[in-house]
Amino acid sequence: MNRFYMLLVAVALIGGGVLWYGSRQEAAPAASAPVPLAAADGFQGFTLGSDSAKVEVTEYSDFECPFCASFATVQMPVIRQQLIATGKVRWRYRDFPLPSHQYSRYAALAAQCAGEQGKFWEMHDQLFSNHQWAQTGKNPAALFRDFARTIGLDVDKYDACVSSQRYAGRIQASVQEGEALGVRGTPSFFVGGRPFQGRATSDDFKALVDSLTKQRK
Amino acid sequence: MIRRQAIVLLALVGLLVATYLWLYKIGVLGELKCGTGSCEYVQTSPYAEVLGVPVAFIGVIGYVVLFLAGLVGLQPTFQEDRRVTRLLAVLATVGFGFTLYLTAIELFVLHAICRWCVGSAVIMTAIWVLALAGVMRAPSAAAPPR
Repeated sequence: MNRFYMLLVAVALIGGGVLWYGSRQEAAPAASAPVPLAAADGFQGFTLGSDSAKVEVTEYSDFECPFCASFATVQMPVIRQQLIATGKVRWRYRDFPLPSHQYSRYAALAAQCAGEQGKFWEMHDQLFSNHQWAQTGKNPAALFRDFARTIGLDVDKYDACVSSQRYAGRIQASVQEGEALGVRGTPSFFVGGRPFQGRATSDDFKALVDSLTKQRK
Repeated sequence: MIRRQAIVLLALVGLLVATYLWLYKIGVLGELKCGTGSCEYVQTSPYAEVLGVPVAFIGVIGYVVLFLAGLVGLQPTFQEDRRVTRLLAVLATVGFGFTLYLTAIELFVLHAICRWCVGSAVIMTAIWVLALAGVMRAPSAAAPPR
C-alpha cells in the first residue's frame, strides 16, 4: 500500500513539474514581431470572379478584425452567390492588418502563403470561419498550420513560406496603398475605384452594383 | 483493491491531462504540444466550453472527484463498502458519457482530433471499465465462503 501512495506522489510530482515547467516557458515567438520587409512585388491582391465583370469591388480587410469576420461569414456568401458567381462583380482582397491587432499581420502572411499554393480563398475562409483564434490572444501558429493541412496545402512549403516571411513586403505595400486611399478601418470597400459609403451588407452591394451595371450598359 | 488503486492512478493521470488543457484554455500555456493533431483548433472551438465553462475545467473537476472517491475507497473502513463501488461506477459512467459526447463532436462536427482529448478519453474509458468490473464482481466478493 505504501508503495502505491509513493507511486501516486511520484506521478503527481512529475506531472505537476512538467505542467509548471510548461507554464514558465515563453510561448512561441509572437507573430506580431517586426517583420523584415521584402521588396513589394507589385501584387494587386487576390481576386474572385470574372475578369470581364463590369464592376470591381476592392476590400481592405484584417483577418483579426471581428467585423471583417462577420462580413466574411454572413454577407460574403450571399455576395459570392448573387454577384460574383453571376459574373457581375470581380472581388479583390487587399490586406490591411491593423496595428492594434496582435496576430493580424501573421494571419495575412498565412493567407499569402496559402495563395502561393493557389489556395488563398480557402485559407481566407478558414481564418474567418474559425475566428475564435482572434479572441484567445494566444499564438495561433499551430492552429494556422492545422488550417493549412485542412485545406490541403503542402505544409512543409507553407512552413517555409511563413517562417521566411516571404510576403511581408507585399502586405506592407497593401497597407500603404490603403492608407494612401484613405482607409482608416476595416473592412473598407471601394466599388469601381470609389469609396463605398453604404452599409456593408449584401443588399447594399447588390443595389449599388445593379445601379452601376445599368449605367454602364 | 487493485481495481480501485488503478482507478485512483488513472484519475490522477487524467487530472494532469485535463489540467494541462485547462491551463492552455485560460492562457497560462502559450501553445499546446500536439504533434500532428488539431489540438488548438479543437480547444478554441465553441464546443470547448459548456455554458461558458471550459470543458477542460469540467474534466479537472471530474477527475478530482473520481480521484478522491477512489482514495476514500482505499481506506480500510471503506475497502469492502459497496456504496463506494457503486459511486465510482456512477461517476465513471457520467464521465464516460461526457467523453463519448466530446469525441463525437471531434469526429463528426469539428472533423479534428486533439491528441490530449483522445488521451483523456482512453483514460476515462479505462476507469469506466474498471468501475463497472467492480460492480459486477462485488456481489460474489461479498458472498459467504463455502
